[in-house]
Amino acid sequence: MSEDVLLSVKNLSKTFSKPLGLGDKFANLMGAGRKPETVRAVDDLSFDLRPGEALGLVGESGCGKSTVARLIMGLLSQTSGQIEYRNTPTSQMSAHDLLKIQMVFQDPYSSLNPRMRIGDQIREAINVHNIVPKAERDAYMASIFEQCGIDDSLTKRYPHQFSGGQRQRFGIARALAMQPDLVICDEPVAALDVSIQAQIINLFMDLRKQKNLAYLFISHDLSVVRHLCDRVAVMYLGRIVEQGPVDQVLDNPRHPYTQALKASSPKISTGKRNFEPIRGEIPSPLDPPSGCHFHPRCPKANEQCLREMPKPQRLSETMSISCHLAT
Amino acid sequence: MSNAAQPAQRLAFKDTPLGHFVADFSANPIAVIGFVGVLLVVFIAIFAPWIAPQNPYDLMQLDFMDGNLEPGAQTALGFTFHLGSDNQGRDILSAIMYGLRTSLSIGAASAFIALIIGATVGLISAWFGGRTDTIIMRIVEVQMSFPAVLIALVLLAVLGQGTEKIMFALVAVQWAYYARTIRGLALVEKNREYIDAARCLRYSQTRIIFGHLLPNCMPPLIVIVTMQVAHAIALESTLSFLGIGVPITEPSLGLLIANGFHFMQSGRYWLSIFPGLALVFTIVSINLVGDHMRDILNPRTRGQ
Repeated sequence: MSEDVLLSVKNLSKTFSKPLGLGDKFANLMGAGRKPETVRAVDDLSFDLRPGEALGLVGESGCGKSTVARLIMGLLSQTSGQIEYRNTPTSQMSAHDLLKIQMVFQDPYSSLNPRMRIGDQIREAINVHNIVPKAERDAYMASIFEQCGIDDSLTKRYPHQFSGGQRQRFGIARALAMQPDLVICDEPVAALDVSIQAQIINLFMDLRKQKNLAYLFISHDLSVVRHLCDRVAVMYLGRIVEQGPVDQVLDNPRHPYTQALKASSPKISTGKRNFEPIRGEIPSPLDPPSGCHFHPRCPKANEQCLREMPKPQRLSETMSISCHLAT
Repeated sequence: MSNAAQPAQRLAFKDTPLGHFVADFSANPIAVIGFVGVLLVVFIAIFAPWIAPQNPYDLMQLDFMDGNLEPGAQTALGFTFHLGSDNQGRDILSAIMYGLRTSLSIGAASAFIALIIGATVGLISAWFGGRTDTIIMRIVEVQMSFPAVLIALVLLAVLGQGTEKIMFALVAVQWAYYARTIRGLALVEKNREYIDAARCLRYSQTRIIFGHLLPNCMPPLIVIVTMQVAHAIALESTLSFLGIGVPITEPSLGLLIANGFHFMQSGRYWLSIFPGLALVFTIVSINLVGDHMRDILNPRTRGQ
């Protein structure tokens, strides 16, 4: 494994299962062999992230994007697979080292403690982990606030006194105060107004330039990802179907799902309602389709797609795709 | 809308959560009356030794010749028994003031101790879940399936009389109620994203539970504490009335009622009635405050 990999996710899987009810347990005692219902939220996922790189993770809602973020942060524990940060599995890292990975949450309304003044929430994190010496803390906080575009005088307020955009700035400031190398952004702009989205995206871009941050940027919005990311991975029902540089994947998608996703996103520039929704519903993850998960909705699906699960194949140094039809 | 463009301003009190609460609370006259009642009762309880006309438990100040006087009766020395006197010449008004002191301190202290124990147990139950949760909640359910008076009676029968023993009994009766309530609140709060955020900041579990989870469970809990203080006072009075509560040297309102109860038939109504009214006034005031706090802090009934 090469030296310059910051985060490496290998064959990551997460299965959620619903515990058996009393009736089923009893039936099992009698030899019925009922199994709990399981959902493979994340299925054999692998990707690498280099220092200072921004990787976009896109897909429909329910495809497991947020689960990936929570697994990396250790908020959930994986069923199988490895998450390594600088070649060390995250499960073996100390709390202090784990601060290098921070997360910005989707909902700025619920990700800040409603009963604590904004400034105190950020100060607490700095104090607890002794990020900077006591004498420098005030100056350090001021510099963080300035970088995030927060006026110093607002820090004595409570979260409910702010708009979504301002709250998200606080969420970013709190993550940034920990001096991370990697920030996991779980749809950080999805809950914001479009005009505010642009500001926050610009903030993310500025911070990245200043601090050489790496981002794992989870979004369902292709245009946001195109704007912000170097590489993109497209997820469908827990699997990555296509992965590669942003311009290649989004301008010239190879996987039928990516093509459909691109066609389905509305574009204002053309002035026409020329987007086509992907036909069919996203299948139930409780009972995913056989073979390639996308085959019931794929316009080009054939016999093979129905039977075999496509393996990721490298198209070039940076591109990989999981499709029987891509050559 | 740039943040920097906003003028620097100090945070006004009315914009804090407490400020909102005060504004909402004072909008309701009944709640304000209840609050004034509570303030009055607390004031009397704290300052009883200084404002009571006599010290009813200093035998030097009592005169048998003044026994069994009616309310408003005056002695030759010019001392007025506003609420009458008992058979030992004790001023009932003073006895009530001292009795309030005992009742209120026992009620408040036991509710507070029960809160600390119950809240800790409930938070642990909610946070760890699984088997810990099941075991704790089964204990709570067993405890709550018995009537409070029964548990207290059994405990006091075993422990004997005494102020600290009745407090122990009251705590034993009440903690389960707090534990169950705070568990319910914490189960909701623990799935909110700010708890995930705290975990991402790698705080210790103790810090997350007591520094982040507990403060967010607090508002409904404050209401319950208020109501439980009233409940504890009532329960203590019940036990004292039954003769197994506070010792005779430190009578609470309940014991005063019990002492005067025997003389109801002989026309000396003031011995029981006035302590009884004081007890009712105290409990009603506290409950009015508690009721209205609940309405304010519950978003569903808010603004109705």
